[in-house]
Amino acid sequence: MDADVIIIGAGVVGAALAYGVAKTGRTVVVLDGGDRDLRAARANFGLVWVQGKGSDAPAYSLLTRQSSDLWPEFRNELANRSPLALDYSRPGGLAFCLSETEYENRAAINERTHNQGAEADTAMVDRAELERMLPALTLGPDVVGASYCKLDGHVNPLQLLASLHHAIPSMGGKIMFRNPVEKIVPVAGGFNVIAAQGTLQAPRVIVAAGLATPTLTEPLGLSVPLRSERGQILVTERLAPILPFPGSGLRQSADGTIMIGATNENVADIGVTVSSATQLALRAMRIVPALGSARLVRQWAGMRVLPLDKTPIYAESLDYPGLFAAACHSGVTLAAAHAAMIAPAMASGHLPDQFAPFSNGRFNVQKCA
Amino acid sequence: MFRSVLEGPTAQADMTVLVNGAETPAWDGETVAGVLLRVPGAGRTSAVTGEPRLPYCQMGVCFDCLAIVDGVASTQGCLVPVKPGMRIESQQGAREIGR
Ligand SMILES: Cc1cc2nc3c(=O)[nH]c(=O)nc-3n(C[C@H](O)[C@H](O)[C@H](O)COP(=O)(O)OP(=O)(O)OC[C@H]3O[C@@H](n4cnc5c(N)ncnc54)[C@H](O)[C@@H]3O)c2cc1C
Ligand code: FES
Repeated sequence: MDADVIIIGAGVVGAALAYGVAKTGRTVVVLDGGDRDLRAARANFGLVWVQGKGSDAPAYSLLTRQSSDLWPEFRNELANRSPLALDYSRPGGLAFCLSETEYENRAAINERTHNQGAEADTAMVDRAELERMLPALTLGPDVVGASYCKLDGHVNPLQLLASLHHAIPSMGGKIMFRNPVEKIVPVAGGFNVIAAQGTLQAPRVIVAAGLATPTLTEPLGLSVPLRSERGQILVTERLAPILPFPGSGLRQSADGTIMIGATNENVADIGVTVSSATQLALRAMRIVPALGSARLVRQWAGMRVLPLDKTPIYAESLDYPGLFAAACHSGVTLAAAHAAMIAPAMASGHLPDQFAPFSNGRFNVQKCA
Repeated sequence: MFRSVLEGPTAQADMTVLVNGAETPAWDGETVAGVLLRVPGAGRTSAVTGEPRLPYCQMGVCFDCLAIVDGVASTQGCLVPVKPGMRIESQQGAREIGR
C-alpha cells in the first residue's frame, strides 16, 4: 500500500480533507488533475458564510454553524503550519436588502432557520442602524436594510488553498499535481488508483474531484448527483477601507480590493459576459453609489459544484467499503468541518450516523444507501 | 531625476502642467508618466506596502504610474498625453473613493 488514504482532487474540499487526515497521523496522498480543469476552489468569493445556509435542511444548517465556529482555530493552526499569509476575519456579515420585498423575504428565511432550532444569531437591521455600522460610506437610496449574522466571516480563498497545499506535505502527506486519475479499481484490501503518473494503492479512497467526482465514482455504483452553475465575479482596484463587514455579493478584502458577485447562471460555458458584469456593477452601485468611480481590474467565472438539493454529499460505498465521495457547494465555509469532522470519520473507514442526512441515499433510496 | 529627451539645451517648453500644485514645464508628446519620472518625489506610494513607486513599464501593464489626473484617481499616467494646465497629483496608498 502506498498510503492509508488516497484523496482524489486537491481543491479546497480535497485539500481540507487531506489536512484533516494528516492530523490524525495517517499517511495521505492527494492526486490532482490538469491545469485546465474546472476549479471552483480558485474562483470563489471567499465567504465563510452562515446566514441563509440550509434554511430548509437542518443538518446542513447545523454543520455550517459548527464549521463557522471551528474556523478561528482551524485558521490559526493552519497559519502556524505554513509561512503564507492567511487573511481571515469574522466580524459578522450583511445581506443587503434593496426593497421592502427583499427585506421581508430575508426576515422569513431567518425565521425559518431559527425555527429549526438554530440559535438566534441573525437579526434584521434597518437602514438607520446599517448607516451607523457603515460610517465610511453613503448607502444608496434603495437600501432598506440588511440581515446581519454575527457568525459570518471571510477569508482570502487563494491563500487558504495555498496554505493547505503547503501544510499537507509539512505534515508528512504528499500532493501530486497534474496527475489526473483515470479509474479506481477495487482490489483485495483496498483500491488501485490508476492515474497519469502511475498506479497507487490504498485501503481507503476519498473522491473529492469537484464536478468530475461522478465520472470516477459512478462506474463503481456510487452515485453523486451534481450539477454545475456558473458564477461571475468582479474585482475593483485596492481602495481605502470602507466596508468593515463582508456582505453577500459585496466584500472588501484585507488587500483593499472590493469583490462583487456572484451571478447564478445555468450555463455550461465557462466564459465571462458583459451583461453579467453590468448586472453585478449596477447592483453594487445601488448599495454603495461611490463604487461607480472605482476601477474594475478583473472579471472571472467559476463553476459551482452543486448537489441537486444544494446540501453537501458525504457518501460511502456499500459495495466497496473504504470508498468515499465528498462534494459540496460552500467548500470554503465548510473547510474547518471537513478537516475536523469529516476527514477523521472517512479515514477511520465509516461515516457515523450523524452524517446520514448527507448520504447520497437521500436522492435514490433504491440505488444506493 | 530624469531629463526629457525632448528638452534640448535651448528648447522652450510647449506647455506648463501642475504637479502637486507646482508649475512644471512639459513638452508635446510626453505622457503624464514622463513628467512623474522627472519631477523629484512625484511618484505614488504602493497601496500594499506604502513603498514609493515610479512609472516602470510605460506601456500600461504595471500600474506603477497611477496618479490623480485632473481629479481622476487611479489614472495610468503612461497612457495619458500631457495637456496644457493639466493637474497631476501623486496618489498615496490605497485610493479613497468619494462618499
Ligand atoms: C463563483 C463562486 C463563488 C463561490 N463563493 C463561495 C463562497 O463565498 N464561500 C464558500 O464557502 N464557497 C463558495 N463557492 C463554492 C466553493 O468554491 C466550492 O464549494 C469549492 O471550491 C469546491 O471545491 P472542490 O475541491 O470540491 O472542487 P474544485 O475546486 O472544483 O476542485 C476539484 C479538483 O479536482 C481535480 N480533479 C478533477 N478531476 C480529477 C481527476 N480525474 N483526477 C484527479 N483530480 C481531479 C481538479 O483538478 C480540481 O483541482 C463558490 C463557488 C463559485 C464557483
Ligand atoms: S508605467 Fe506601467 S502601467 Fe504605466
